[in-house]
Amino acid sequence: MDAQISAGDTAWILVCCSLVLLMTPALAFFYGGMVRRKNVLSTLTLSYIFMSLIGVQWIFFGYSLSFGPDIGGLIGGLNFAGFKGVGAAPNTAYSATIPHQLFAAFQMMFAVITPALITGAFVERVKFKSFLLFSLLWATLVYDPLCHWVWGQGGWLREMGVLDFAGGTVVHIAAGFSALAFALVIGPRKGYGKVPIEPNNIPLTVLGTGLLWVGWFGFNAGSALGANGVAVNALVTTNTSAAAAGLVWMILSWLDGRPSTLGIATGMVVGLAAVTPASGYVTPLAAMAIGAVAAPICYYAIRFRDRRKLDESLDVWACHGMSSIWGTLAAGLFATVTVNTGGANGLFFGNPNQFGIQMIAVIVTIAFSFGVTYVLAKVLDMSIGLRVSPMEEEVGLDISSHGERSYS
Amino acid sequence: MLKKIEAIIREDKVNDVMCALKEIGIVGMNMFEVRGHGRQGGVQLVGRAGTYQVNMLPKIQINIVLNDRNLEAALEAILTSAYTGETGDGIIFVTPVEDVIRVRTRERGPTAMMYPGDIDEKRNK
Repeated sequence: MDAQISAGDTAWILVCCSLVLLMTPALAFFYGGMVRRKNVLSTLTLSYIFMSLIGVQWIFFGYSLSFGPDIGGLIGGLNFAGFKGVGAAPNTAYSATIPHQLFAAFQMMFAVITPALITGAFVERVKFKSFLLFSLLWATLVYDPLCHWVWGQGGWLREMGVLDFAGGTVVHIAAGFSALAFALVIGPRKGYGKVPIEPNNIPLTVLGTGLLWVGWFGFNAGSALGANGVAVNALVTTNTSAAAAGLVWMILSWLDGRPSTLGIATGMVVGLAAVTPASGYVTPLAAMAIGAVAAPICYYAIRFRDRRKLDESLDVWACHGMSSIWGTLAAGLFATVTVNTGGANGLFFGNPNQFGIQMIAVIVTIAFSFGVTYVLAKVLDMSIGLRVSPMEEEVGLDISSHGERSYS
Repeated sequence: MLKKIEAIIREDKVNDVMCALKEIGIVGMNMFEVRGHGRQGGVQLVGRAGTYQVNMLPKIQINIVLNDRNLEAALEAILTSAYTGETGDGIIFVTPVEDVIRVRTRERGPTAMMYPGDIDEKRNK
């Protein structure tokens, strides 16, 4: 039964699995640089803890709910709970040339980073206990079902023919709109809008950006699930979109004063998030358009959010949600079977129907992730409380939640 | 009589001011990083998307305790070397000091503030 396993594909996905794992520490530092110095450890922990939390949840039941045998197009069965039967033999429904266990491990890294993305919404004020409970519930009630709908065998959006190569809907739109919902419930940080809240260490954020870009090659090119032409194309489109978005963001920032380092880094991440759903279906030139258009969308989304005095603190909604809405719709415009015979043609290649399917997937993802997160956050807020006390917030979460400080 | 100078100056003028003070023989001082603002109010910085206002600006405060007779020379050195003519050049406070005690020798008062090669020795040469 191991006869069909390809050593090349297996080696490549093993590498990609590690690259995607690296993105969670990268994200931790990306976020950690942008908060105030009294909340750096807290912010790092909010991301890092998912390597443990989901590392356990995924083995127990997360993988099975996402990729187990389909139940009504809505959820996976518990047949793979505890990774039972998830071994060296391939699961031909997902990837015929690599061990099933490798596919499951690779998908785990996506399940780890997605809830970590949301933490940007509530840094510097969330109560750690409530956050842990929310995260476990979110992974189980939002991520796992959504993942099944879009990527699971028999999932209803997958059956409809949605194109989401590496997680525009499942990862970025879901995280972005969940972040928005959570921010609305928890409310702004103390002093937000009255006193300047400055990033404590932009170099950390810049370092995080670099590591994210590297890790994203595993995220997108690895989603080809093989060492092949589609993987190469995904790597090139990923790089191209990030490059274009970084340049356009630099210009936008320059027009507003100076070419900000934090701005350029943000633009790069926006380009990466935007191209994610389309990376395996579009040409490099299309990816350039995707990145270049994503930059102004997100730039002005941040400005819009800020004007509305909404403290979605690190702009998960503006940078991930908005960019990937565009990216997922763009897949419905620019996708072509000349890049990936397993994909479909988009609107510009004579298939307007695909654009409609993409639109449905976007709307469903927004409604589902925003709705469930809002209810979850509201219930937790009314029961055990989402926020630390004003005093704990003033002192900073490093001391008040974790009993230690970043710098002494 | 002893006086204390608290000179709050631009970060980028620290080296110029220290050189000017050393030049005239002021050898003892402390330096702090401080934040604050005067009439200037603050500056705009560029953020992720657009600009934002920062009110408390980083400055350097230099503290010097010295004998009355050397005060004007020290002030002149600071005023000349810290000057750019733009807003944000800083401010200087001068206050009387009750007493000074050197820990090693237990010397007190004005003599405690005299060092080999300092401004007084230079004047007497």
